[in-house]
Amino acid sequence: MTPGSTAAACLAVLRRDLLLAWRRRGDAALPLLYAIIVTALFPFAIGPEAALLSRIAAGVVLVTVLLAMLISLDSLFRADLEDGSLEQLLLAPQSLTLLAAMKILAHWLTTALPLLLLSPLLAAMLGLPQGAYGVLFLALAVSTPLISLFGAVLTSLTVDTRRSGMLLALMLLPLMVPVVIFAAGAVAAAAQGLPWAAPLAFLGAMLALAVVLAPLACGAALRIALDA
Amino acid sequence: MNDYAANPILLEARALTFTRQDERVFGPLDFAVHRGEAVLVEGDNGSGKTTLLRVLASLLQASAGELRLYDAPLTRAAAAGEILLLGHHLGLKADLTPLENLRYVAGLFGQRRGADASQALASVGLAGFEHEPVRRLSAGQRKRAALARLLIVPAALWLLDEPYANLDREGIALVNRLLERHVHTGGSALVTSHGTVDFLAGSPRRIELRAA
Repeated sequence: MTPGSTAAACLAVLRRDLLLAWRRRGDAALPLLYAIIVTALFPFAIGPEAALLSRIAAGVVLVTVLLAMLISLDSLFRADLEDGSLEQLLLAPQSLTLLAAMKILAHWLTTALPLLLLSPLLAAMLGLPQGAYGVLFLALAVSTPLISLFGAVLTSLTVDTRRSGMLLALMLLPLMVPVVIFAAGAVAAAAQGLPWAAPLAFLGAMLALAVVLAPLACGAALRIALDA
Repeated sequence: MNDYAANPILLEARALTFTRQDERVFGPLDFAVHRGEAVLVEGDNGSGKTTLLRVLASLLQASAGELRLYDAPLTRAAAAGEILLLGHHLGLKADLTPLENLRYVAGLFGQRRGADASQALASVGLAGFEHEPVRRLSAGQRKRAALARLLIVPAALWLLDEPYANLDREGIALVNRLLERHVHTGGSALVTSHGTVDFLAGSPRRIELRAA
Protein backbone atom coordinates (compact mmCIF):
# COMPACT_ATOMS: atom_id res chain seq x y z
CA MET A 1 0.00 0.00 0.00
CA THR A 2 1.49 3.34 -1.01
CA PRO A 3 1.74 5.95 1.76
CA GLY A 4 -0.62 8.84 1.12
CA SER A 5 -3.22 6.74 -0.70
CA THR A 6 -6.77 6.83 0.62
CA ALA A 7 -6.52 3.29 1.93
CA ALA A 8 -3.26 4.06 3.74
CA ALA A 9 -4.76 7.19 5.31
CA CYS A 10 -7.86 5.34 6.51
CA LEU A 11 -5.73 2.60 7.94
CA ALA A 12 -3.44 5.14 9.63
CA VAL A 13 -6.39 6.85 11.35
CA LEU A 14 -7.91 3.55 12.45
CA ARG A 15 -4.60 2.18 13.69
CA ARG A 16 -3.77 5.32 15.62
CA ASP A 17 -7.14 5.48 17.38
CA LEU A 18 -7.04 1.80 18.30
CA LEU A 19 -3.47 2.19 19.55
CA LEU A 20 -4.47 5.23 21.61
CA ALA A 21 -7.38 3.31 23.11
CA TRP A 22 -5.01 0.47 23.97
CA ARG A 23 -2.53 2.85 25.64
CA ARG A 24 -5.39 4.26 27.72
CA ARG A 25 -7.23 1.02 28.33
CA GLY A 26 -8.03 2.16 31.88
CA ASP A 27 -10.31 4.81 30.38
CA ALA A 28 -11.78 2.27 27.98
CA ALA A 29 -12.81 0.06 30.91
CA LEU A 30 -14.96 2.81 32.41
CA PRO A 31 -18.09 2.21 30.26
CA LEU A 32 -17.89 -1.53 31.01
CA LEU A 33 -17.65 -0.86 34.71
CA TYR A 34 -20.53 1.59 34.52
CA ALA A 35 -22.74 -0.96 32.74
CA ILE A 36 -21.94 -3.67 35.29
CA ILE A 37 -22.62 -1.39 38.24
CA VAL A 38 -25.94 -0.13 36.89
CA THR A 39 -27.15 -3.64 36.12
CA ALA A 40 -26.02 -4.90 39.50
CA LEU A 41 -27.85 -2.10 41.31
CA PHE A 42 -31.24 -2.68 39.66
CA PRO A 43 -32.23 -5.77 41.70
CA PHE A 44 -31.32 -3.91 44.89
CA ALA A 45 -33.41 -0.92 43.90
CA ILE A 46 -36.58 -2.68 42.77
CA GLY A 47 -36.42 -5.84 44.84
CA PRO A 48 -35.24 -9.38 44.02
CA GLU A 49 -38.44 -10.53 42.39
CA ALA A 50 -37.31 -12.90 39.60
CA ALA A 51 -40.39 -12.56 37.40
CA LEU A 52 -40.26 -8.75 37.43
CA LEU A 53 -36.49 -8.67 36.82
CA SER A 54 -36.62 -11.06 33.90
CA ARG A 55 -39.42 -9.01 32.36
CA ILE A 56 -37.43 -5.75 32.47
CA ALA A 57 -34.02 -7.36 31.82
CA ALA A 58 -33.89 -6.66 28.08
CA GLY A 59 -34.89 -3.03 28.47
CA VAL A 60 -32.43 -2.40 31.28
CA VAL A 61 -29.52 -3.95 29.39
CA LEU A 62 -30.42 -2.04 26.24
CA VAL A 63 -30.60 1.34 27.94
CA THR A 64 -27.54 0.68 30.09
CA VAL A 65 -25.37 -0.27 27.13
CA LEU A 66 -26.50 2.69 25.03
CA LEU A 67 -25.94 5.13 27.90
CA ALA A 68 -22.55 3.62 28.71
CA MET A 69 -21.51 4.44 25.16
CA LEU A 70 -22.06 8.14 25.83
CA ILE A 71 -19.29 8.24 28.43
CA SER A 72 -16.50 8.19 25.89
CA LEU A 73 -18.38 9.98 23.12
CA ASP A 74 -17.60 13.52 24.20
CA SER A 75 -13.85 13.05 23.76
CA LEU A 76 -14.18 11.58 20.25
CA PHE A 77 -13.04 14.77 18.53
CA ARG A 78 -12.29 17.02 21.49
CA ALA A 79 -8.95 15.40 22.34
CA ASP A 80 -7.93 15.81 18.71
CA LEU A 81 -9.02 19.44 18.69
CA GLU A 82 -7.03 20.25 21.79
CA ASP A 83 -3.70 18.81 20.65
CA GLY A 84 -3.99 20.01 17.05
CA SER A 85 -4.41 16.60 15.40
CA LEU A 86 -7.85 17.63 14.19
CA GLU A 87 -6.21 20.42 12.17
CA GLN A 88 -3.90 17.88 10.58
CA LEU A 89 -6.85 15.59 9.84
CA LEU A 90 -8.65 18.43 8.06
CA LEU A 91 -5.55 19.34 6.07
CA ALA A 92 -4.90 15.79 4.91
CA PRO A 93 -5.31 15.35 1.16
CA GLN A 94 -7.98 12.72 1.69
CA SER A 95 -11.74 12.70 1.91
CA LEU A 96 -12.61 13.96 5.38
CA THR A 97 -15.81 11.91 5.22
CA LEU A 98 -13.85 8.69 5.03
CA LEU A 99 -11.41 9.71 7.75
CA ALA A 100 -14.30 10.70 10.03
CA ALA A 101 -15.91 7.34 9.30
CA MET A 102 -12.69 5.65 10.42
CA LYS A 103 -12.74 7.57 13.69
CA ILE A 104 -16.36 6.52 14.26
CA LEU A 105 -15.47 2.92 13.46
CA ALA A 106 -12.63 3.09 15.98
CA HIS A 107 -15.03 4.47 18.58
CA TRP A 108 -17.46 1.65 17.97
CA LEU A 109 -14.71 -0.99 18.11
CA THR A 110 -13.24 0.34 21.35
CA THR A 111 -16.45 1.27 23.19
CA ALA A 112 -19.43 -0.61 21.81
CA LEU A 113 -17.84 -3.94 20.92
CA PRO A 114 -16.67 -4.70 24.48
CA LEU A 115 -20.12 -3.69 25.77
CA LEU A 116 -21.75 -5.89 23.16
CA LEU A 117 -19.66 -8.87 24.28
CA LEU A 118 -20.51 -8.08 27.89
CA SER A 119 -24.27 -7.83 27.25
CA PRO A 120 -25.12 -11.56 27.64
CA LEU A 121 -23.54 -11.43 31.10
CA LEU A 122 -25.56 -8.33 31.99
CA ALA A 123 -28.72 -10.02 30.73
CA ALA A 124 -27.94 -13.14 32.76
CA MET A 125 -27.52 -11.02 35.90
CA LEU A 126 -31.18 -10.01 35.55
CA GLY A 127 -32.40 -13.42 34.39
CA LEU A 128 -33.43 -12.67 30.82
CA PRO A 129 -35.65 -15.48 29.39
CA GLN A 130 -33.63 -18.05 27.42
CA GLY A 131 -35.15 -17.35 24.01
CA ALA A 132 -34.44 -13.60 24.05
CA TYR A 133 -30.61 -13.63 24.18
CA GLY A 134 -30.09 -13.90 20.44
CA VAL A 135 -32.52 -11.10 19.63
CA LEU A 136 -31.12 -8.84 22.34
CA PHE A 137 -27.63 -9.36 20.97
CA LEU A 138 -28.83 -8.62 17.44
CA ALA A 139 -30.72 -5.54 18.58
CA LEU A 140 -27.60 -4.22 20.33
CA ALA A 141 -25.43 -5.04 17.33
CA VAL A 142 -27.63 -2.82 15.15
CA SER A 143 -28.35 -0.04 17.63
CA THR A 144 -24.83 0.55 19.01
CA PRO A 145 -23.39 1.64 15.63
CA LEU A 146 -26.39 3.95 15.28
CA ILE A 147 -25.53 5.63 18.58
CA SER A 148 -21.85 5.89 17.55
CA LEU A 149 -22.85 7.54 14.27
CA PHE A 150 -25.51 9.90 15.71
CA GLY A 151 -23.22 10.76 18.61
CA ALA A 152 -20.29 11.51 16.32
CA VAL A 153 -22.34 14.02 14.32
CA LEU A 154 -23.44 15.77 17.50
CA THR A 155 -19.97 15.80 19.06
CA SER A 156 -18.50 17.27 15.91
CA LEU A 157 -21.18 19.97 16.02
CA THR A 158 -20.35 20.82 19.63
CA VAL A 159 -16.62 20.20 19.53
CA ASP A 160 -15.69 23.87 20.01
CA THR A 161 -18.26 24.43 22.75
CA ARG A 162 -16.94 24.16 26.26
CA ARG A 163 -18.81 21.81 28.62
CA SER A 164 -20.70 20.34 25.72
CA GLY A 165 -21.36 17.09 27.58
CA MET A 166 -24.78 18.20 28.76
CA LEU A 167 -25.66 19.68 25.38
CA LEU A 168 -24.67 16.41 23.76
CA ALA A 169 -26.90 14.36 26.06
CA LEU A 170 -29.84 16.70 25.42
CA MET A 171 -29.44 16.58 21.64
CA LEU A 172 -28.87 12.84 21.56
CA LEU A 173 -32.01 12.05 23.56
CA PRO A 174 -34.54 12.48 20.71
CA LEU A 175 -32.29 10.44 18.43
CA MET A 176 -31.96 7.65 20.98
CA VAL A 177 -35.70 7.32 21.58
CA PRO A 178 -36.60 5.61 18.26
CA VAL A 179 -33.54 3.38 18.53
CA VAL A 180 -34.59 2.21 22.00
CA ILE A 181 -38.25 1.79 20.97
CA PHE A 182 -37.47 -0.43 18.00
CA ALA A 183 -34.73 -2.43 19.72
CA ALA A 184 -36.86 -3.00 22.82
CA GLY A 185 -39.84 -3.81 20.61
CA ALA A 186 -37.92 -6.55 18.87
CA VAL A 187 -36.78 -8.12 22.15
CA ALA A 188 -40.28 -7.90 23.68
CA ALA A 189 -41.80 -9.53 20.61
CA ALA A 190 -39.25 -12.35 20.76
CA ALA A 191 -39.96 -12.89 24.47
CA GLN A 192 -43.66 -13.39 23.64
CA GLY A 193 -42.90 -15.67 20.72
CA LEU A 194 -44.04 -13.14 18.14
CA PRO A 195 -42.18 -12.29 14.91
CA TRP A 196 -39.40 -9.81 15.79
CA ALA A 197 -37.69 -9.21 12.43
CA ALA A 198 -39.63 -6.08 11.41
CA PRO A 199 -38.38 -3.66 14.10
CA LEU A 200 -34.82 -4.89 13.60
CA ALA A 201 -35.17 -4.43 9.85
CA PHE A 202 -36.28 -0.87 10.49
CA LEU A 203 -33.21 -0.27 12.67
CA GLY A 204 -31.10 -1.80 9.93
CA ALA A 205 -32.53 0.64 7.41
CA MET A 206 -31.73 3.53 9.77
CA LEU A 207 -28.21 2.19 10.12
CA ALA A 208 -27.72 1.92 6.37
CA LEU A 209 -28.79 5.53 5.99
CA ALA A 210 -26.67 6.73 8.92
CA VAL A 211 -23.52 4.93 7.73
CA VAL A 212 -23.66 6.94 4.52
CA LEU A 213 -24.86 10.29 5.82
CA ALA A 214 -23.40 10.64 9.32
CA PRO A 215 -19.69 10.72 8.32
CA LEU A 216 -20.57 13.29 5.66
CA ALA A 217 -22.31 15.50 8.23
CA CYS A 218 -19.45 14.88 10.64
CA GLY A 219 -16.83 16.14 8.20
CA ALA A 220 -18.85 19.24 7.34
CA ALA A 221 -19.46 20.01 11.02
CA LEU A 222 -15.75 19.67 11.83
CA ARG A 223 -14.82 22.12 9.06
CA ILE A 224 -17.34 24.59 10.43
CA ALA A 225 -16.10 24.06 13.99
CA LEU A 226 -12.51 24.94 13.04
CA ASP A 227 -13.55 27.88 10.88
CA ALA A 228 -14.08 30.11 13.90
CA MET B 1 18.78 31.56 -3.01
CA ASN B 2 18.40 35.14 -4.17
CA ASP B 3 17.35 34.18 -7.64
CA TYR B 4 13.89 33.04 -6.64
CA ALA B 5 12.28 36.15 -8.12
CA ALA B 6 12.72 34.56 -11.55
CA ASN B 7 10.88 31.43 -10.40
CA PRO B 8 7.17 30.98 -11.00
CA ILE B 9 4.79 32.18 -8.32
CA LEU B 10 3.52 29.45 -5.98
CA LEU B 11 1.09 31.38 -3.84
CA GLU B 12 -0.43 34.78 -4.42
CA ALA B 13 -2.70 36.87 -2.24
CA ARG B 14 -4.68 39.77 -3.63
CA ALA B 15 -6.31 42.21 -1.21
CA LEU B 16 -6.63 39.39 1.31
CA THR B 17 -8.67 40.49 4.32
CA PHE B 18 -9.94 38.65 7.34
CA THR B 19 -12.51 40.05 9.72
CA ARG B 20 -13.85 38.45 12.85
CA GLN B 21 -17.17 39.74 14.12
CA ASP B 22 -16.89 42.97 12.12
CA GLU B 23 -13.41 43.61 13.44
CA ARG B 24 -10.57 43.50 10.97
CA VAL B 25 -7.86 41.05 11.99
CA PHE B 26 -5.53 41.76 9.08
CA GLY B 27 -5.46 43.06 5.55
CA PRO B 28 -5.94 43.98 2.89
CA LEU B 29 -2.70 42.15 2.12
CA ASP B 30 -1.04 41.74 -1.28
CA PHE B 31 1.90 39.42 -1.61
CA ALA B 32 3.30 36.65 -3.74
CA VAL B 33 5.50 33.77 -2.69
CA HIS B 34 7.76 32.41 -5.44
CA ARG B 35 9.00 28.88 -5.64
CA GLY B 36 12.21 28.53 -3.71
CA GLU B 37 11.44 31.48 -1.47
CA ALA B 38 11.05 31.68 2.28
CA VAL B 39 9.09 34.65 3.59
CA LEU B 40 9.05 35.87 7.16
CA VAL B 41 5.71 37.08 8.52
CA GLU B 42 6.41 39.58 11.25
CA GLY B 43 4.10 41.25 13.70
CA ASP B 44 3.34 41.84 17.34
CA ASN B 45 1.28 39.50 19.47
CA GLY B 46 -2.30 39.56 18.25
CA SER B 47 -1.49 41.07 14.89
CA GLY B 48 -3.02 38.13 13.02
CA LYS B 49 0.01 36.02 12.05
CA THR B 50 -1.57 32.75 13.07
CA THR B 51 -4.87 33.74 11.50
CA LEU B 52 -3.10 34.52 8.23
CA LEU B 53 -1.50 31.07 8.15
CA ARG B 54 -4.82 29.40 8.95
CA VAL B 55 -6.45 31.32 6.11
CA LEU B 56 -3.68 30.25 3.74
CA ALA B 57 -4.16 26.63 4.82
CA SER B 58 -7.91 27.00 4.05
CA LEU B 59 -8.85 26.22 7.63
CA LEU B 60 -10.41 29.69 7.80
CA GLN B 61 -12.38 31.41 5.10
CA ALA B 62 -11.00 34.79 4.03
CA SER B 63 -13.53 37.59 4.35
CA ALA B 64 -12.46 39.34 1.17
CA GLY B 65 -9.76 39.12 -1.45
CA GLU B 66 -8.38 36.30 -3.49
CA LEU B 67 -5.85 33.53 -2.98
CA ARG B 68 -4.18 31.79 -5.89
CA LEU B 69 -2.04 28.66 -5.88
CA TYR B 70 -0.05 27.82 -9.02
CA ASP B 71 -1.92 30.65 -10.75
CA ALA B 72 -5.32 29.06 -10.15
CA PRO B 73 -7.84 29.90 -7.42
CA LEU B 74 -6.87 28.24 -4.17
CA THR B 75 -9.50 25.64 -3.37
CA ARG B 76 -9.37 22.89 -0.83
CA ALA B 77 -8.99 20.32 -3.58
CA ALA B 78 -6.13 22.25 -5.19
CA ALA B 79 -4.36 22.75 -1.88
CA ALA B 80 -4.62 19.10 -0.85
CA GLY B 81 -1.16 17.74 -0.22
CA GLU B 82 0.56 20.92 -1.38
CA ILE B 83 0.41 22.75 1.95
CA LEU B 84 1.80 21.71 5.30
CA LEU B 85 0.85 23.67 8.41
CA LEU B 86 2.78 23.46 11.63
CA GLY B 87 0.83 25.39 14.23
CA HIS B 88 1.02 26.18 17.94
CA HIS B 89 -0.71 22.92 18.68
CA LEU B 90 1.76 20.46 17.33
CA GLY B 91 -0.72 17.70 16.52
CA LEU B 92 1.22 15.09 18.46
CA LYS B 93 -0.55 12.46 20.52
CA ALA B 94 0.95 12.47 24.00
CA ASP B 95 0.35 8.74 24.49
CA LEU B 96 2.15 7.76 21.31
CA THR B 97 5.87 7.79 20.63
CA PRO B 98 7.44 10.24 18.16
CA LEU B 99 7.89 7.37 15.73
CA GLU B 100 4.22 6.34 15.92
CA ASN B 101 3.15 9.96 15.54
CA LEU B 102 5.35 10.35 12.49
CA ARG B 103 4.17 7.11 10.87
CA TYR B 104 0.58 8.30 11.34
CA VAL B 105 1.35 11.58 9.57
CA ALA B 106 3.11 9.68 6.77
CA GLY B 107 0.02 7.52 6.34
CA LEU B 108 -2.19 10.58 6.20
CA PHE B 109 -0.12 12.88 4.01
CA GLY B 110 2.14 10.49 2.15
CA GLN B 111 5.87 10.16 2.30
CA ARG B 112 8.71 11.73 0.32
CA ARG B 113 10.56 9.29 -1.83
CA GLY B 114 13.47 7.86 0.12
CA ALA B 115 12.29 9.42 3.39
CA ASP B 116 12.40 7.26 6.47
CA ALA B 117 10.68 7.98 9.77
CA SER B 118 13.44 6.91 12.16
CA GLN B 119 16.04 8.64 10.01
CA ALA B 120 13.97 11.84 10.09
CA LEU B 121 13.79 11.68 13.88
CA ALA B 122 17.53 11.18 14.09
CA SER B 123 18.17 14.23 11.93
CA VAL B 124 16.05 16.46 14.18
CA GLY B 125 18.09 15.28 17.15
CA LEU B 126 15.67 12.78 18.64
CA ALA B 127 17.79 9.67 18.19
CA GLY B 128 17.23 7.52 21.25
CA PHE B 129 13.82 9.05 21.97
CA GLU B 130 11.90 7.34 19.15
CA HIS B 131 10.13 4.97 21.51
CA GLU B 132 9.53 7.36 24.39
CA PRO B 133 5.91 8.54 24.74
CA VAL B 134 5.62 12.17 23.71
CA ARG B 135 4.23 13.12 27.12
CA ARG B 136 7.67 12.43 28.63
CA LEU B 137 9.49 14.71 26.19
CA SER B 138 10.39 18.32 26.93
CA ALA B 139 8.67 21.17 25.08
CA GLY B 140 11.68 21.58 22.81
CA GLN B 141 11.84 17.88 22.06
CA ARG B 142 8.14 17.86 21.21
CA LYS B 143 8.76 20.72 18.82
CA ARG B 144 11.53 18.70 17.21
CA ALA B 145 9.25 15.67 16.95
CA ALA B 146 6.76 17.85 15.08
CA LEU B 147 9.50 19.33 12.89
CA ALA B 148 10.45 15.83 11.75
CA ARG B 149 7.18 15.97 9.82
CA LEU B 150 8.82 18.48 7.46
CA LEU B 151 11.32 15.83 6.39
CA ILE B 152 8.65 13.24 5.65
CA VAL B 153 5.65 15.02 4.14
CA PRO B 154 5.97 15.95 0.45
CA ALA B 155 4.42 19.44 0.52
CA ALA B 156 5.51 22.35 -1.67
CA LEU B 157 4.45 25.13 0.71
CA TRP B 158 5.34 25.11 4.39
CA LEU B 159 3.34 27.30 6.76
CA LEU B 160 5.33 27.39 9.98
CA ASP B 161 3.79 29.19 12.94
CA GLU B 162 6.49 30.26 15.39
CA PRO B 163 8.78 27.35 14.54
CA TYR B 164 11.54 28.83 16.70
CA ALA B 165 9.52 28.88 19.92
CA ASN B 166 10.81 26.57 22.68
CA LEU B 167 13.93 25.67 20.70
CA ASP B 168 17.53 26.04 21.85
CA ARG B 169 20.18 27.67 19.67
CA GLU B 170 20.94 24.41 17.95
CA GLY B 171 17.24 23.85 17.33
CA ILE B 172 16.94 27.27 15.70
CA ALA B 173 19.85 26.35 13.44
CA LEU B 174 18.02 23.11 12.66
CA VAL B 175 14.89 24.97 11.54
CA ASN B 176 17.02 27.23 9.35
CA ARG B 177 18.77 24.19 7.90
CA LEU B 178 15.46 22.51 7.10
CA LEU B 179 14.16 25.70 5.50
CA GLU B 180 17.30 26.15 3.45
CA ARG B 181 17.13 22.63 2.11
CA HIS B 182 13.44 23.09 1.31
CA VAL B 183 13.92 26.29 -0.70
CA HIS B 184 16.91 24.80 -2.52
CA THR B 185 14.71 22.01 -3.82
CA GLY B 186 12.16 24.49 -5.12
CA GLY B 187 9.86 24.59 -2.11
CA SER B 188 8.47 27.69 -0.46
CA ALA B 189 7.72 28.64 3.11
CA LEU B 190 5.93 31.26 5.16
CA VAL B 191 7.33 31.55 8.65
CA THR B 192 5.87 33.66 11.44
CA SER B 193 7.90 35.14 14.22
CA HIS B 194 7.53 37.96 16.67
CA GLY B 195 11.11 38.87 15.93
CA THR B 196 14.55 38.47 17.47
CA VAL B 197 15.67 35.34 15.65
CA ASP B 198 18.24 34.98 12.92
CA PHE B 199 16.03 33.91 10.08
CA LEU B 200 18.07 32.10 7.46
CA ALA B 201 21.11 33.85 6.08
CA GLY B 202 20.93 37.15 4.26
CA SER B 203 17.74 39.17 4.29
CA PRO B 204 14.64 37.28 3.21
CA ARG B 205 11.48 39.12 2.29
CA ARG B 206 9.22 40.11 5.12
CA ILE B 207 5.49 40.64 5.42
CA GLU B 208 4.64 43.03 8.21
CA LEU B 209 1.38 42.67 10.08
CA ARG B 210 0.17 45.34 12.45
CA ALA B 211 -2.44 44.95 15.12
CA ALA B 212 -5.59 46.66 13.86
